Amino acid sequence: MALTKEQIAQRIARELKDGYYVNLGIGIPTLVANYIPEGINVVLQSENGLLGMGPFPFEGEEDPDLINAGKQTITTIPGSAFFDSALSFGMIRAGKVDLTVLGAMEVSEKGDIANWKIPGKMVKGMGGAMDLVASAKNIIVAMMHTNPKGESKVLPVCGLPLTGVRCVKKVVSDLAVMEITDDGFRLLERAPGVSVEEIRAKTAGRLIVEGEIPEMQFPASGTNR
Amino acid sequence: MNKVVRTATEAVSDIKDGDVLMLGGFGLCGIPENCIAALVKAGTKQLTCISNNAGVDDFGIGLLLKHKQVRKMISSYVGENAEFERQLLSGELEVELIPQGTLATRCMAAGYGMPAIFTPAGVGTEVAAGKETRNFNGKEYLLEYAFEADFAIVKAWKGDTEGNLIYKETARNFNPTMAMAGKITIAEVEELVPAGSLDPDAIHTPGIFVHRIFQGEVFEKRIEQRTVRKKN
Repeated sequence: MALTKEQIAQRIARELKDGYYVNLGIGIPTLVANYIPEGINVVLQSENGLLGMGPFPFEGEEDPDLINAGKQTITTIPGSAFFDSALSFGMIRAGKVDLTVLGAMEVSEKGDIANWKIPGKMVKGMGGAMDLVASAKNIIVAMMHTNPKGESKVLPVCGLPLTGVRCVKKVVSDLAVMEITDDGFRLLERAPGVSVEEIRAKTAGRLIVEGEIPEMQFPASGTNR
Repeated sequence: MNKVVRTATEAVSDIKDGDVLMLGGFGLCGIPENCIAALVKAGTKQLTCISNNAGVDDFGIGLLLKHKQVRKMISSYVGENAEFERQLLSGELEVELIPQGTLATRCMAAGYGMPAIFTPAGVGTEVAAGKETRNFNGKEYLLEYAFEADFAIVKAWKGDTEGNLIYKETARNFNPTMAMAGKITIAEVEELVPAGSLDPDAIHTPGIFVHRIFQGEVFEKRIEQRTVRKKN
């Protein structure tokens, strides 16, 4: 069974380490915040100018001056800090953010990522994505392995306009966890019940399979906080 | 020296057709809504607007777009605006999309008196087309120039008659960076207080950067994505 979006987020949450500063992109990455493991403290960075992002506010407690990078109303946690946009990208550029999680339309076996523009469609802009991918120490991409037509999104070379080059370290898709190596996508884990053959068939880029590939394990009830 | 003006109309009265404006805000958060309303009323045209976003159809910079007052937008993300899309596709509006950090840092460079910066954002992408690159310690960087803006228009929470500004929460965003970067900086504040009322240690933008200040008449502070959780 392919993973749900929530399970992709849950699997990525296991990559978090205590003390990490983390930037979560819009979409599946945002859901990672719901699965932060017990005993792991991370600080969420929102590039519009906040460290220490908390959950959504309770109804009636929304504050128009307090939003995240997706323009959603949010809250802060104790120990949070506000800052301006130049400083925010200063901390990103200087490599202070330990982990960036973002979505992608395509990823290449070299670690290139395309996630901002589809030729012929209205272009909304790259927002902070190009800055994040150009500077982040560790980038994990959360994505579907194939597009709705069934075509692979993990490719030898990206066809869409790039957001960044040779920057992605790991991909967590609905089918697999893969690490980007000099030789291509190295398969680390597969979704429960998904065969290596299926992953191979749906991976257009070079896939490296070494030894037994374990299935991802999910607790019966997620540690949903 | 008197920096205090009475109204938004007075504050923007010498903005001319064709001027380059920086407008603070992220989404609809921390935007100078009173000055935008005054510009709509003044009918100033052919504006170039440097702003992270372009508002929504009926609020923020979207109002300037609706009245066809904008010639060019320089932004990082413009997705929430149907009128914007229409004008872009029909060729009425020119748009330059640049990475958000590059946008902020090009404002910063202007405010810090530096002509240009080097950034890795956009290396190897179409953003790098035609730009000078340089390798530092084995990594490629793009040369990006400081913006030149005739006016920076910002919104702060509190300000004093000396032009000192304090912002609130994430409504800070581009405001302090742009406040430093305009040839003339106009600040609209929710509360204007006499000099000496604000703690000098708490000032985000020192008054030297601010040429005009006024207390905004109305702050609608519209929320773009109201997101809540249920109480148990």
